[in-house]
Amino acid sequence: MKYFHLLVASLFRRKIRTLLTTLSFAVALFLFGLLVVVHGAFNQGLDVAGADRLVVINKVSIIQPLPVSYEERLLHLPGVKAVTHQNWFGGVYQDERNFFPQMANDDETFRSVFGEFQIPDDQWQAYMTDREGAIVGPDLLKRYHWKVGDRVPLKGTIFPGAWEFNIRGVYHGARQQDDNTQFWFHYKYLEERENTYWKGLVGWYTVKVYRPDDSVRISKQIDAMFANSPWETKTETEKSFAADWVKQAGNISFLMMSIGGVVFFTLLLVTGNTMAIAVRERMRELAVLKAVGFTDGFVLVLVLAESLLVAALGGGIGLLLAKAFTLNGDPTRGLLPFFFLPVPAMVVGLGLALFVGIAAGILPAISAMRLNVVSVKRKV
Amino acid sequence: MVRVDGQGNGASLVRVRGLDKKYQRGSEEIDVLQGLNLDVDTGDFVAFMGPSGSGKTTLLNLLGGLDLPTRGTISVAGDEITHLSGSKLTQWRARHVGFIFQMYNLIPVLTAFQNVELPLLLTKLSKAERRNHVEVALQVVGLFDRMHHYPRQLSGGQEQRVAIARAIVADPTFLLCDEPTGDLDRKSADEILDLISRLVQEHHKTVLMVTHDPAAAARAHMILHLEKGVLREAQRAGGGAEVRR
Repeated sequence: MKYFHLLVASLFRRKIRTLLTTLSFAVALFLFGLLVVVHGAFNQGLDVAGADRLVVINKVSIIQPLPVSYEERLLHLPGVKAVTHQNWFGGVYQDERNFFPQMANDDETFRSVFGEFQIPDDQWQAYMTDREGAIVGPDLLKRYHWKVGDRVPLKGTIFPGAWEFNIRGVYHGARQQDDNTQFWFHYKYLEERENTYWKGLVGWYTVKVYRPDDSVRISKQIDAMFANSPWETKTETEKSFAADWVKQAGNISFLMMSIGGVVFFTLLLVTGNTMAIAVRERMRELAVLKAVGFTDGFVLVLVLAESLLVAALGGGIGLLLAKAFTLNGDPTRGLLPFFFLPVPAMVVGLGLALFVGIAAGILPAISAMRLNVVSVKRKV
Repeated sequence: MVRVDGQGNGASLVRVRGLDKKYQRGSEEIDVLQGLNLDVDTGDFVAFMGPSGSGKTTLLNLLGGLDLPTRGTISVAGDEITHLSGSKLTQWRARHVGFIFQMYNLIPVLTAFQNVELPLLLTKLSKAERRNHVEVALQVVGLFDRMHHYPRQLSGGQEQRVAIARAIVADPTFLLCDEPTGDLDRKSADEILDLISRLVQEHHKTVLMVTHDPAAAARAHMILHLEKGVLREAQRAGGGAEVRR
């Protein structure tokens, strides 16, 4: 610590330059934070996917339904613990920009498959006794300033007409990455009102298995069971299903990695150049330090520490700003429901910043270390 | 007693024998110092004079462990430094040498106090002990009341005094001054020379000084002339030491 003032003094030699370099790190890490958030938002399904869950959809497309009668047959397969089904409702609340997922759930089986969503018993009972009852996520409740007991109108698109629901409860995801923006209501309500084409049909099934190791075998069994029927199935693990879903939006990961890579490479060049200039313009002072008795290693560490301090400071500011930006959740009115910056990603970001700090500082630091006092004296 | 004949006894503080220094400039080899001998005792104040390129600064660099000779030996207080590795030489420098440069070479972003404290950061002294040493050094050079000033807030003479305080703060074995008044006006130069003389007389410091300035050299006990890398003559100056060739 007795050398800390040397470090700080060196950094404050050119305040504007230090400020701009720090800002470069801050902006780059802020961008990194947002990329992680967006990437996470697109891929969150992969993270929340249960290893012991399979998704069964119509082989033609997910928008094609499956018979409700499949539930019993799925349940009787060896290794299957529970089965539930859901329908995508696709309604509009007030404005088409107000997007959030609305699902008609099979109430009797839903909680046995999706145990991560917790609902107070009294609210669940109130929901079960109300034909038009709905359970909503806390983020949704907050976004639209709803409260339990409110009546919410939705305009149907897939299921046309005006629909009204009573909020009877609020679920909470047990994990931070769980989607807290969903709107659930009774499948029976949907089925009763849509008793023409959709009668006896569901959107997809989610099958919970006893042992994740059996997932592949059971998937094949399910698809074989319904092969050559009017409603053939495509079964895959929930993770694989989520990955397919993400792929439809393009190779988001590659895009994010490319942008992030370019940003960090540019940052490396900018910082490297700054550090090189910083060392070059104080050759004489570094030579004095050496003449006084500071070792080559000390000079190396001093220059590297300057680079690292700027990286840590700027990177930290950028990451904190990114975190602050995400604290209010999804700014897109529902398109990115998983909008948060996880702490591990912040740690990775800081690690990257420090790596860039070292990479940018190492060559100037080595040249400072190798600096020959006599040569510098001769040039002065 | 200062001797340049290589016949000094083993008790000399600085003992140089057969010192050669060659530089390579392209394909040409330049002899900067040739077979130089020197003995300097504790408390001596020696001035090296000579034309540009005569090897004065090279000699000072070698004596200060900043450079290594091509041949020959340098011993200081019984330690031969010419065979020390780079890191050992750095450590030795921190303990034994106080440098005073022509251009002061203070760190502009550090206060006078922090500049003077630099050599003490390499010691195991506590913060309080370092403070005491720095304050004493600044009192010696008459800048105690400017300790929190930055170099840009000081005159050239004051900057050089801070540099002297930095050179003496760790109580080195000897001081090496490279044109210490070369960048100062006459009045400031005289003040600096008074200070260096006082360090010799009152604090018994050993000073080896390179200078072009006859007035500065006159303050030394002894003036040694370097010409083309050879100590050609020596003359007694204002001090009490004597030279033998």
